[in-house]
Amino acid sequence: MRFEEYQLDGCFDEMFGEAGQPRPAARLLAKRIEGLPTEELVSRQRAADRALVQMGITFNVYGESAGVEKTLPFDLIPRIIAGTEWNRIERGLKQRIQALNLFLDDLYHDQHILNDGIIPREVILSSKGFRPQCVGFKPPRGIWCHITGTDLVRHHDGQIYVLEDNLRCPSGVSYVLQNRQLMKSLFPGVFASARIRPVSNYPLRLRDMLEYLAPDGGPPRMVLLTPGVFNSAYFEHSFLAQQMGIELVEGSDLVVSDGYVWMRTTRGFEKVDVIYRRIDDDFLDPLAFRADSMLGVPGLMEAYRAGNVALANAPGTGVADDKVVYAYVPKIIKYYLKQEAILPNVPTYICSEEADLNYVLENLDKLVVKAANESGGYGMLIGPHSTAEMRADFAQKIQQNPRNYIAQPTLSLSRVPTLINETLEGRHVDLRPYILYSKEIFVLPGGLTRVALKKGSLVVNSSQGGGTKDSWVLAENELDEKEPALEGQSAKTEAAPC
Amino acid sequence: MLSRVADSIYWMGCYVERAENVARFIDVNLQLMLDSPDYVGQQWEPLVFISGDHEDFAKRYGKATQDNVLKFLAFDYENPNSIVSCLRAARQNARSVREIISSEMWLQLNKFYLMVKSVAEQGLNLDSMHQFFDEVKSASHLFNGITEATMTHGEGWHFCRLSKQLERADKTSRILDVKYFILLRSVTDVGTAWDDIQWAAVLRSTSAFEMYRKDHGRITPKGVVDYLLLNRFFPRAIHHCLISARESLHSISGTPIGSYKNPAEKLLGQLCSEFSYASVDEVIAFGLHEYLDGLQVKMNHIGTEIHETFFAKKTAPVRHGLGMSQFQSQ
Repeated sequence: MRFEEYQLDGCFDEMFGEAGQPRPAARLLAKRIEGLPTEELVSRQRAADRALVQMGITFNVYGESAGVEKTLPFDLIPRIIAGTEWNRIERGLKQRIQALNLFLDDLYHDQHILNDGIIPREVILSSKGFRPQCVGFKPPRGIWCHITGTDLVRHHDGQIYVLEDNLRCPSGVSYVLQNRQLMKSLFPGVFASARIRPVSNYPLRLRDMLEYLAPDGGPPRMVLLTPGVFNSAYFEHSFLAQQMGIELVEGSDLVVSDGYVWMRTTRGFEKVDVIYRRIDDDFLDPLAFRADSMLGVPGLMEAYRAGNVALANAPGTGVADDKVVYAYVPKIIKYYLKQEAILPNVPTYICSEEADLNYVLENLDKLVVKAANESGGYGMLIGPHSTAEMRADFAQKIQQNPRNYIAQPTLSLSRVPTLINETLEGRHVDLRPYILYSKEIFVLPGGLTRVALKKGSLVVNSSQGGGTKDSWVLAENELDEKEPALEGQSAKTEAAPC
Repeated sequence: MLSRVADSIYWMGCYVERAENVARFIDVNLQLMLDSPDYVGQQWEPLVFISGDHEDFAKRYGKATQDNVLKFLAFDYENPNSIVSCLRAARQNARSVREIISSEMWLQLNKFYLMVKSVAEQGLNLDSMHQFFDEVKSASHLFNGITEATMTHGEGWHFCRLSKQLERADKTSRILDVKYFILLRSVTDVGTAWDDIQWAAVLRSTSAFEMYRKDHGRITPKGVVDYLLLNRFFPRAIHHCLISARESLHSISGTPIGSYKNPAEKLLGQLCSEFSYASVDEVIAFGLHEYLDGLQVKMNHIGTEIHETFFAKKTAPVRHGLGMSQFQSQ
């Protein structure tokens, strides 16, 4: 399939440079794609789609009738990340997670950062994710955010920015593993010649991390706690439990007695030591959090506080997901680590600050406005794509509750060629790497590339018509550097700016 | 193993087996109808009786035509025992224990469901019917084979086998019973060629025709009942199913066969003993239909007790003594 008709539209393209030549790291792949007849590429895409249905790799869609399963669309053109660039991203993520963990520990103990006036106290106290129940608690090994899925985007200036931190229950890693599995069967030849950093050891890393948290004594029993088969991420829960070889449990499988957590088995009750929970804080324990939760385990927090069971992630990490708190992360990094942030934040206007509020209200048509405690692409206004009516609605919401809103300039996310109706077109992507905090911090090479399949759309969420791609981090940057680019491989560079 | 997980595996196995058996008896009836002399007419109603759902059928469909019965037994989502409903339920159970069963089992069950679902959407004509029921049987066999070959023969596997064997025993008893319903309608046929054809159909629907021939030769009503009820070695014979179910039940609990620790083991053990010392003459003298009725009631009790023993949510708090060794090791 040729790239002759492929348009860059003035966007930053992950595969092609500004002159329309493949970037060095992407040369080998571009050549392979060029070498494949269109029908072959299309038929491999169909094979991938079929495999997803047959493997039942599906997610449940909320709002549609219960039990409707969809497959997450998968596009077979991968996103390529050069090795040296990845090394910098990895350093930046480690720095960020280390600082956020120190921040969480400080918030739930001495609150130096509030006493020193780095972050206004009321921002923290008014945050939905701040859990007074956790004040004074020391989590096992001093770790709060064991699993993080940070969202990164690249703007047309070429810079990678952190968009969100996701320290609660980030999902999507199972798609990284399954996508890679699929790609290896679709393009074995490319894998054989390109040195792509592997991702398949993630479940082992995750298991080791959970084991590290266990209270002392005896081989620990670890479980993954899921809200159940109707949760949108159920496939992932089941997949990870299977890959780690641990039990997948629902709240009703567990019971707290004598300060310990037990699970109901066919042979009676057995003790549980570590819980990888994929249930939000709110629903974890009806005695400690929301009393109406049917998903959780009554008394779980009591067992947790007694040190008899470990939870990953620790309750209380959601405060760092508050988008207002996000705006302070560069300061948080500086405060605890005495370093400048390696990965910058997207410039953020905090609506509870008057100057920012006025600017936001005057520039709604240019900005992206986000509710501080929403996720999944909900509660969001994309100014340039909005109607006057939508803007008026948001202006009112913001004025009613400025604390709950932030705004950011509209980024033009970078694009990757994507197979659309049998031709290749650029589509916007983001990237969610996964970070595990154990004895040391581990960053899974690459992560989940989410792609907005609708032309021109910037919303990559699966709930809003997004799909995924495999993300290839090359072992070395210089892959095929010496080989000259082939004629006809260049893409068109003219046309209006992105 | 988690009680909830054991429960799901149990029902997964049961529903796959049920789907296969429904396909079996529809297919055989179909073959039978194609062979039937004109005066017998179309007999589809007995199939609804076998399934035990005749009240629901009468309410929603009325007349037992071929189309109605096929739709009800194969593709009706509202009938929980239709082939498509069984597979949907089996898949839903499998989906909630995907991390316990092998990926291959899941893949096969998912494909199986998608195949039946797509046929349910397209509809069937007479030409493609036989092929479809054959595919259902094969897909079920493939699932069983994959389960045999890829899942550890531990507790979960035994729960799957236990439910399968009990379900198969139940369905064989119902297939035997269908003769009772057909006979009632054509008393004059007894001993005729048409009667022989019907008994042969009963054997075929349990894949027993050839194996029976090797053992008994001539097809006689008594011989068929003896074979499908009391044979210890034919895999769809009720006695064989009960013996296999007992093996699995005792493997799960660790109780030696011949003794019992829970009511399920007690009831199943008693039933196996009864079968070991039963004779076909006594069964027929007692009345086959009555005997099979009693058998189904007993098997239902066993199912209830299995639920109580292994799956039911115990409300009793954890006793202090339990797991003490784990406390002390800390």
